[in-house]
Parts: sequence; structure tokens; C-alpha cells
Amino acid sequence: MLQTQALRRLNVGPIDLSLEAGECLSLMGASGAGKSVLLRMIADLDPHAGDATLDGERCSAMPAPAWRRQVTYVAAESGWWDPLVGPHFPAGTDFSTLLPAVAIAPEAASWLVSRLSTGERQRLALLRALRPATRVLLLDEPTSGLDVDSVALVETLLRRELNRGVAILMVTHDPAQAKRLAARHIELHAGLVSEIDL
Amino acid sequence: MSTPVPGAGELALAGTLILLNAGLSLLLQLGLARELLVAAARAVVQLLLVGLVLRTVFHLQSPWLVAAVLLAMFASASYEVLSRQERRFVGLWRFGLGAGTTVLATLLVTGFALLALQPEPWFSPQVVIPLAGIVLGSVMNGVSVSLNAFNTGLVRERAAIEARLALGATRYAALKPMQRSALHNGMIPIINQMSAAGIITLPGMMTGQILAGMAPLDAAKYQILILLLLSGAAGLGALATTVIAVWRATDERDRLRLDRLETR
Repeated sequence: MLQTQALRRLNVGPIDLSLEAGECLSLMGASGAGKSVLLRMIADLDPHAGDATLDGERCSAMPAPAWRRQVTYVAAESGWWDPLVGPHFPAGTDFSTLLPAVAIAPEAASWLVSRLSTGERQRLALLRALRPATRVLLLDEPTSGLDVDSVALVETLLRRELNRGVAILMVTHDPAQAKRLAARHIELHAGLVSEIDL
Repeated sequence: MSTPVPGAGELALAGTLILLNAGLSLLLQLGLARELLVAAARAVVQLLLVGLVLRTVFHLQSPWLVAAVLLAMFASASYEVLSRQERRFVGLWRFGLGAGTTVLATLLVTGFALLALQPEPWFSPQVVIPLAGIVLGSVMNGVSVSLNAFNTGLVRERAAIEARLALGATRYAALKPMQRSALHNGMIPIINQMSAAGIITLPGMMTGQILAGMAPLDAAKYQILILLLLSGAAGLGALATTVIAVWRATDERDRLRLDRLETR
């Protein structure tokens, strides 16, 4: 479904990857290896060489926002553009069913973002990226800093997305988590990816 | 009615106030004396020099001389705009944005005012130079404050902006809040100035004209004209600046391009 062709930026690349619908691929590598650089390239968030395709449609041939609505990057550090939680979700969002899925009270929709813990923010940042149009999720350490229960919640959420046919490329430092969610594992080393066994 | 022009005696009398202040500062060890005296001396020298230069320019009535004075004013305003930026764009945009929009907005609004005032001759230095000067000052403030707020905001709010872009927002939508708040910052001074005009303070220009013998209502009309010109010019300059800044801080693939800002 998703394919990258010779993506290259800074010290990373050329990277050729393919990802099928409903597949989860884990990405490991030392700090500074360029894992975030790679995810951001796939989302076309930085200038780079090479291209990516989604079902054969080239990223460079469609408007960037249209690409990113389907191939969505979720940063390790979540960003918030409104003081309140609610406006970060589309108008008409039913918070009463949405928020409990990540163990957050439905009333939190009217709270200030600054009132939330780091873990809660991370879960909400993931939640707002799960939209009907999403085909590929590029997750940068989605569960770092979360407690065991929250990790389980997030993983349940991700499995639901995988079952829906969404493909996931996920940076993780936890081999156990990589094994729980992904069937294939890659490592980024010296700018190149290689498949590894865990 | 006679218009009293202050002579050397009156100026010296006003100067004793500064000396008194400086003396008090020395006595109370406030450490202000030196700064105060230097600033006062600067004001005296600078204003007398400007008076001398303008006397010559007014006397000669040459359009080229007027143009040269404007050029010097634009150059110093450009330098001022540039030096007030904490994060500047790299390359030619460093000058093009801010300095460029300041000069353009000033020329546009001054030209517009000249069309309305119809001075004789049209380049009359008595009208063009003070008019361009006061408009330039206002645009310079609006532009430099807006641009600085915008660029520092981009760096500060990077995560928020990129989160929106990553979710499929266009660059214009993702930067809208930043643009709005930068414009707001740039326009606050002139908005405050208009709101307070006549109630909290008599604007300096109107005060000067009344002291120089102009009828209060005529002075008020002049002041209204100037305030409207100033706010129009500052708004125009700041708007153009933020529109170009949004365009330049992003690219055609709707990416945030902080690499186009200087790193400190």
C-alpha cells in the first residue's frame, strides 16, 4: 500500500520501504540515528530527495495536506494550537465515547491542555490523528513515558486501527512492544534500514 | 496673536531641569545622571542639526534634495527594523522583508496623502519630509514589532504548527493564529494612541501647533488626518509583512521552513 523510493535527507537514506494495509512495522535504532527524520520524510514534512506512493499515487503529485491526511505523522512531543482540548478535534466530535477509550474523562474536552499530564497529552495527540481518512500512521515513540496501563490502552487502540486496515510504522525502544504489535522489524543504522529478528 | 519662539534663554531654563534631575540622581546615588545628561545632549545636538538641514532643504526647494533626505530616512529606518529582529530570515529576505515593506508602505501612504493635500509644488519639502517622517516612524514600529512577534512565535510554537501541518492543515491555516497575534502586537501602539488621543494626552503634534498659534479646531483636524494616515500605514505595512513572512517561512509543500530563519 505505502512504498518509499530512495528517500534521502541529511545523513539518512536512501530508504526503500513497503508497508501493507493492516501491517505494523517497528522501527528501532540508536538516538540520533534519524528515526524521526525518516518518519518526517515519509509525511513530507521536510525537504528531501526521493518520493513515496500510496496505492501507486505519488506524494509529490498530490497536495501535501491531502497526503498528510492519509499518511499522518504523530510526533514524540505533542503540539497544541489552542488552550482548550476540544478545538483540537473536528467539530461535532462525540467526546463521551472517544475519550474513555484512552482512559480520559469525557469532560476533559472542555479542559485546558495545560491541565493534562504528559501521558494524557500523548494519548490525546494519538487519538486526534485517528480519523476516517487515515491510511498510514507514522508514530514516533507513541508510548514513551506512559505507565503500564496506559501502554496497554494505546496498544489496544492501535490494534483496532490495524484491524481497520490502517498501516503503522512505529518507532519504539521496547523490543517486547515491537513483538506484541509488529510482525516485521527494521533497524536504522548508519542511515540505512535493514530487517532484523527480535 | 504672536507666536512665541523660545530663545536661548528659555532653552537654558528648561535645561536646568535636567541638571536638577542629574544632581538629585547623583545625590541619591541612582546612577542615572550620566545617561540622562548624554541623552539630553544628544537630543539638543540632533534636533539642532535637523533644524539646520531642514532650513537648507526648505530654502533650496529641490526635488532631488528631498529625495536624498527621504533616502537617508529610509536607510536608517531599515537599519532600525533589522536590528529589532531577534530571528531574521536568511539571505536577501533579511532585508527584503521588514525593511522593504516599511519603505513601500511609507511611500504608498505618503503619496496618497500628497494627492489629498495637493501641496504646491507637489514635492514641497515643508510637507513631504515631515509627513514621510511621521508615517515612516509609525510603519517602522508596526512592521518591526509584527515581524519580531511572528518570527519568535514560529520558533516557540513550532510543535503546535507542525502538529497541524501533520494532520493535513494548509500552511495558511496552520500559521493563521501566529499571523493574527503578530499583527495584533504590531497594531496595539497605534490603536492605543488613537483611543487615548485628546483624552489622556494631547498628541505632540497638536500641542506644537497650538503653541505655535494655530486654531485648536484646525490643529485637531490636522491631528486626525495624521492619526488616520499613521494607522493606515502601520496596518498596511504590518499586514504585508506578515503575509510575506507566512509565505517565506513555509514552502509549496506546506512545510514549516525554520531553516530559512537565522540560528542564533
